[in-house]
Amino acid sequence: MTAPTVSTSRPPAEAEQVHAARTGRAVGAGAFRPRQLLDALPTALRKLDPRHQVRNPVVFVVWVGSVVVTVAAILDPSVFAWSIAVWLWLTVLFANLAEAVAEGRGRAQADALRATRTDTVARREDGTEVPGTELRVGDRVVVEAGETIPGDGEIVEGIATVDESAITGESAQVVRESGGDLSSVTGGTTVLSDRVVVRITAEPGESFVDRMIALVEGAQRQKTPNEIALTILLAALTIVFLLAVVTLQPMAGYSGRQQSLVVLVALLVCLIPTTIGALLSAIGIAGMDRLVQRNVLATSGRAVEAAGDVSTLLLDKTGTITYGNRRATALHPLPGVDVTDLAGAARLASLADTTPEGRSIVELTAAEHGLPAEASTDEAAAEFVPFSATTRMSGVDLDDGDGREVRKGAVASVLAWLGDAVPDTDRAELERLAREVSERGGTPLACGLVSDPGAYSPEDRSRVLGVVELSDVVKPGIAERFGELRAMGIKTIMITGDNPVTARVIADASGVDDVLAEATPEDKLALIRREQAGGRMVAMTGDGTNDAPALAQADVGVAMSSGTTAAKEAGNMVDLDSDPTKLIGVVEVGKQMLVTRGALTTFSLANDLAKYFAILPAMFLALYPQLGALNVMQLATPESAILSAVIFNALVIVALIPLALRGVRFRPSSADRLLRRNLLVYGLGGVVVPFVGIFLIDLVVRLVPGIG
Amino acid sequence: MAGLAQVAVLLVLLAAAWRPLGDWMARVYTDESDWRVERVVYRLVRVDPRSEQRASTYAVAVLAFSFAGIVLLYLLQRLQTLLPWSFDRGAVESGVAFNTAISFVTNTNWQSYVPETTMGHTVQLVGLTVQNFVSAAVGLAVAVALTRGFVRSRTDRLGNAWVDIVRGCTRILLPIAAVAAVVLVATGVVMSLRAGVDVIGADGRSSTIALAPAASQESIKELGTNGGGILNANAAHPFENPNPVSNLLEIFLLLVIPVALTRTFGRMVGSVRQGVSLLAVMGGLWVAMLAVIWTAEARSASFAGANLEGKEVRFGIAGSALFANSTTGTSTGAVNSLHDSFSALGGGGAMLNMLFSEVTPGGVGTGLYSILVVAIVAVFLAGLMVGRTPEYLGKRLGRREVTCAVVVVLTMPALVLLGTGLAIALPSTADAMTNAGPHGLSEVLYAYASAANNNGSAFGGLTVTSGFFQTTLGIAMLLGRFLPIVAVLALAGLLARQPRVEPGPGTLSTGTPLFSVLVAGTIVLVAAITFLPALALSPLAEGLA
Repeated sequence: MTAPTVSTSRPPAEAEQVHAARTGRAVGAGAFRPRQLLDALPTALRKLDPRHQVRNPVVFVVWVGSVVVTVAAILDPSVFAWSIAVWLWLTVLFANLAEAVAEGRGRAQADALRATRTDTVARREDGTEVPGTELRVGDRVVVEAGETIPGDGEIVEGIATVDESAITGESAQVVRESGGDLSSVTGGTTVLSDRVVVRITAEPGESFVDRMIALVEGAQRQKTPNEIALTILLAALTIVFLLAVVTLQPMAGYSGRQQSLVVLVALLVCLIPTTIGALLSAIGIAGMDRLVQRNVLATSGRAVEAAGDVSTLLLDKTGTITYGNRRATALHPLPGVDVTDLAGAARLASLADTTPEGRSIVELTAAEHGLPAEASTDEAAAEFVPFSATTRMSGVDLDDGDGREVRKGAVASVLAWLGDAVPDTDRAELERLAREVSERGGTPLACGLVSDPGAYSPEDRSRVLGVVELSDVVKPGIAERFGELRAMGIKTIMITGDNPVTARVIADASGVDDVLAEATPEDKLALIRREQAGGRMVAMTGDGTNDAPALAQADVGVAMSSGTTAAKEAGNMVDLDSDPTKLIGVVEVGKQMLVTRGALTTFSLANDLAKYFAILPAMFLALYPQLGALNVMQLATPESAILSAVIFNALVIVALIPLALRGVRFRPSSADRLLRRNLLVYGLGGVVVPFVGIFLIDLVVRLVPGIG
Repeated sequence: MAGLAQVAVLLVLLAAAWRPLGDWMARVYTDESDWRVERVVYRLVRVDPRSEQRASTYAVAVLAFSFAGIVLLYLLQRLQTLLPWSFDRGAVESGVAFNTAISFVTNTNWQSYVPETTMGHTVQLVGLTVQNFVSAAVGLAVAVALTRGFVRSRTDRLGNAWVDIVRGCTRILLPIAAVAAVVLVATGVVMSLRAGVDVIGADGRSSTIALAPAASQESIKELGTNGGGILNANAAHPFENPNPVSNLLEIFLLLVIPVALTRTFGRMVGSVRQGVSLLAVMGGLWVAMLAVIWTAEARSASFAGANLEGKEVRFGIAGSALFANSTTGTSTGAVNSLHDSFSALGGGGAMLNMLFSEVTPGGVGTGLYSILVVAIVAVFLAGLMVGRTPEYLGKRLGRREVTCAVVVVLTMPALVLLGTGLAIALPSTADAMTNAGPHGLSEVLYAYASAANNNGSAFGGLTVTSGFFQTTLGIAMLLGRFLPIVAVLALAGLLARQPRVEPGPGTLSTGTPLFSVLVAGTIVLVAAITFLPALALSPLAEGLA
């Protein structure tokens, strides 16, 4: 259940559509601007500190190589040696730049969050005022309309509307009240109406916003499991390349020509997987960042990665699969009643009804029977009879001379209102129609009218017209969405409190794979455990305190920002928009992060082939002129060949920074199709691109005196 | 044409044996009951055949068994004077004994000695031949343990190393070797316990032609992908390999178990397709490399329109290329021609087979576990590219699994590069070479590739009797064998502990042609990026001249 939003919060479906329009359905993120590179330069320079570099084994090797070549260039200066030295340092710098840019984007998000944490003055119940930063867990403070809530807490007294736009960025006003699942409030949000007493639940500096800031800034960034595994592979490859280069020297010596230190370092740097080594941490940071841009905050990179591995999605029916409210979908007149009469009466009864159900009836009669959607002046003057728990009906009393009264509502209530005037046959027929609607999973609303008491016989005076069918409406496009998920190997399970019959109807209409009907929190927990026992990873959304155990058990638990503190503590992500549909997008972001890592690693390794073709003939041409046959790129001189390879190696890092930040294009499809595509683009592309790139760079480099 | 016919006959024989032998081996390692002779052995060594071992215990068993074998074999050689049928060949010199003990226990069968003047029949039969059986059985056991890692879930038990080793001998190697030996005798292979025969040659001078129990040795030497000849000329000697029929039979024997093991693997993991896709990788690379070697030898004419230097005319180009490709693609190392005399690219092809880390189709057991480890690395990279934590056969490949795989994949290149670099830096090495220039470097590179891969074939031309070579090649054989075995068993343990995740459309499907291409690509790419600089200075520099 999402919180009842009072005003202009975007309904989930619309938010999803806006997101889809912005990104063209593929997962994407904000545009990368070259300006960001410049902004990140000071940070990148600061990262040249070896204590920082040593954390990344591949880039550290380049760093050491740069030092060695610089010393060699000082001892034995030449244009070639200095060029290599400069470009090796640039390689390290570009690697730092990638990380710095990614962090910079995170920092911008953090600043936005930090702006919410203005210094507030808190008022205790006894009237004493203390700075918000001095509040401790358990303190009770009073907040009135127009005041900012000083810290994370729970409402213990009162009800209020709260503006959460400071956190969510959307001008969403939500109702918060003591007791139940809507009692949690976040520090930095503003009370718009009424007065509440809040019990503080977070120590200063440990509030929700504080933790999010730390995470977004990457201050606490821990390497994710896959990232560690990949780092091990890259480190091992680096060691082997180190051996290959070190042992090449005696072989070269035996063959008659020792190689200079500068050339050997250049070869080493070109061979080790610098591209992926440089971009690896940026990819991780950018993954978190992409979630933040969707207004989802993950408590760890591990959670983002887990999202990519999810194979079972638990989706709440309401709000995710169907619109939150039931909508009128059909009119069933009694025999002998014209359907337009029923439509007219139903419309009249609903014109002044502002509930979603009421509006949907007007929309239905407008769409299917051409009746005006707006009330005429006369109609607007009619007296609206609102729904009440005792009458279980709503309608209008018309003041048009006839004295007509129109009502819609629960079948039994409408029949009782009409009284004995309704013939038994109509009564039986109405009940039959209502029963049919119920069996389809819908809700029947009876519609009846009473005309001017004096004009007609009792039978004509009070007439029951038929049944309006209200039902859950599956969101458009959701079935295709589930189809895509299925192609990606993800099973969807719909969670609903409905009875199995109703649940089944929605399940069939939406194409969901499985249903958990009449679900209790215990059922959810058991379901998650069962899925996990089968080796599947589970993602779910939740907001209530009783969702907390399931959120904690799930591999990816997305808590709604509108939910309780307990739910937010239990989950490993928080959706600031409280939009359960986003779970699907979260999975895609997780997958995209993994795909990007794999693709750039493949690209990086495939690059080595071209670099060998550039450097090996250059190294040994003087020894074995026949190795010139390997110089397929026709590079001008040995020096230009080696320098071109080094320059390509450095520039490719910069060229790929936008890709690392944005993520490799990801469209939901089966693993085999994804693999075939990515192998072609990044595997084959990784073989071909450097041949072209090195060739082009050489055309320029050969013009440099002392090289060409 | 005759050459292609040989290849065709070989492939038909292998195809015919693949299914029954593969299924039989799967039964051997899943059978719950013991043969009577096996029970006797278990009682003797006090092993409870029903008790299962953890990965660590399994590894300790394999290592202890192997090191005991090394000590025993060393002592046998050193104490040869006390043994019957020694023909006054004396105690084997310590460096040679050290190197040979390691060589035969590690399934390498690198020979830095002349058999017919160094080893008596007792050392051959009780020492070397026994190791030919048990070292192959150890390889099988490790491969089966890794397979069980994939099959089992939520357990820390991998089976019983003693049972696996014993069954490998009693149910697979001994029966096939026995039959094969008889068939080999029928083709003309010698089987004699005499030291030799004295003959008077056409020139009137008398000489002694060494005899040996060759047929029994020959069958297991090929079947167990060992390769150590009982005669110095190895399978080029007419007493070991008299004619094209015996030649083809020997090639069949050295390929049959590694090839059929893919079926065993498929059967045990419950999907034959998984095994077939690995077989496709092995077969594809084997065919490609055969084409390289064959073409190189046929084209580089030194005699009669082809390169027949160092080859037996009774085998010709086809029979020699087929043998060379198969012996280096498995970890056999038996030779029926002198690889040193191959053309630069032909010899380079044989070397490349080894630098692929022996997976085409690889040694008995070692081929399967090596290619599985490469597959794990390939799946790890490709799996990331489909947006999931990579899984292979329902097992997740995390940090520890990748670490184990990386150790296996990188041990061999490290040993080969370090060994070659060290050897070539020594001034004394130049004196040990027959050839200077790129070919000389090939000789050294080949030697370390052969040792680190436990192949055992020699390029020839390099004199390896110096203390330096005996020791460093010995170490390369030792580490090249046991580091990967320990890592593979650790990997098996990690896999067995995991629950098995049912593969779905979101997981990378293995057992498909795309997967085969991926694995083959990984094998070639890893070898290329590791060894291109070294190869550029040896076969490439020579071949492009």
